[in-house]
Amino acid sequence: MKKITFKLNGELRSVYVEPEEILLDVLREKLGVKSPKCGCDRGDCGACAVLLNGRSVRSCLVLAIETDGQEIITVEGISKDGLSKVQNTMLDKNAFQCGFCAPGMIISTTELIEKNPHPNLEEIKEALSGNLCRCTGYLPILESVQEATEEGHHE
Amino acid sequence: MAIINDFEYHKPKDIYETLLLLSELNGKAKILAGGTDLIVNLKEEIVKTENVIDIKGITELNKIELSEDNIFIGAGVTFTDIIESQKLKEKLPILWKASMTVASVGIRNRATLVGNICSAVPSLDSAPALLIYDSEILVQSKTGKRTISIHDWFTGPKKTILTPDELVLGIKIPIFQHAGVYEKLGRYKGEDLAQAGIGIFVDTNRNYRFAYCAVGPIPKRMEKLEEFLRGKEISDKLLEEAAELIPSEISPISDIRSSKEYRIHMMKIMFKRGLQKSVAILKGGRS
Repeated sequence: MKKITFKLNGELRSVYVEPEEILLDVLREKLGVKSPKCGCDRGDCGACAVLLNGRSVRSCLVLAIETDGQEIITVEGISKDGLSKVQNTMLDKNAFQCGFCAPGMIISTTELIEKNPHPNLEEIKEALSGNLCRCTGYLPILESVQEATEEGHHE
Repeated sequence: MAIINDFEYHKPKDIYETLLLLSELNGKAKILAGGTDLIVNLKEEIVKTENVIDIKGITELNKIELSEDNIFIGAGVTFTDIIESQKLKEKLPILWKASMTVASVGIRNRATLVGNICSAVPSLDSAPALLIYDSEILVQSKTGKRTISIHDWFTGPKKTILTPDELVLGIKIPIFQHAGVYEKLGRYKGEDLAQAGIGIFVDTNRNYRFAYCAVGPIPKRMEKLEEFLRGKEISDKLLEEAAELIPSEISPISDIRSSKEYRIHMMKIMFKRGLQKSVAILKGGRS
């Protein structure tokens, strides 16, 4: 076991891990952070996405030990001081049905908006193309992101 | 899902330390960069190893260096780093466009170009561009450095000429004036591996270069096609004639993702479409 320390949603956290432990499992089982979900467990579905040093990564494909000294943000961190604009739009538009893919979608969207505050539909589709949804058929999700990022859109 | 197989984790600070480890561990180690292939393979027990050497702490491997006639891309450079480089978009458009087609943002944020050629799956998107550019791979072991041509790199599906004590430092890519594209056939945008892929290069002297992935055991240049078109002005009739050479250049298999016949058919279409696009970019000066 090795002790690792990272910044998780703004707080320094330490945890003991084996080298072969996966970040997703450590977040969910050892640190109680439940927003990242295990879908495909091989990097295809995007349900486990978290922000690592500001970039979205598949937490099912990262060893926990790799993140020693780094910064991780999950949906818990994004919503710490209330829901973000795009989360509110998603609620208004009833963008999700079962909600399993929602955390990953929110992570990908947050990363996109950070880089590109007013993306066009093609850019939104590209950013979300690695997040699979099996309920709502994507349309309300894309519309939510579009509405929340429209030029001149104010809260 | 956890990884069943126990291993030791090493995070060397520099290249020298890595080379010593590789030599000491004598083949019983795997290099970890982005991990988008290695972690899946460890989970699914396709790969077992006693040691994992994480090279992400080695800052000198993370650089993209431009000189007058070539570009060096270090082993830690991710596809996102490539996509975000305006210089690479300008100088290496085929590689830049291929990088855009690799899986999804979340994978491209971790996966490295060097990792892609080290995994060496036949469908690797980066290979056609690297073959077209006559790239060179710089590797080092405790005993010294060597440079390997990309044309000698791939020795079979998932196999390369790299020896277990060697570390890839990066890829050196010569700069040519050209226009080009990468055409990829996949089932959906997002995660899919190429079922067929072709890189296309044209220059103002009517030199043409082509290379494929996913339609043979290893990615390759298409020399007959290049020879046939050399110096010629592209016309619809010429395109049709050239496309007929494609079946003799490739050796696709039928598998779960598509049939051999479909791959051949689509390669002809992607070749014609991609070459027309490339010529248009060259003439229009757009990329």
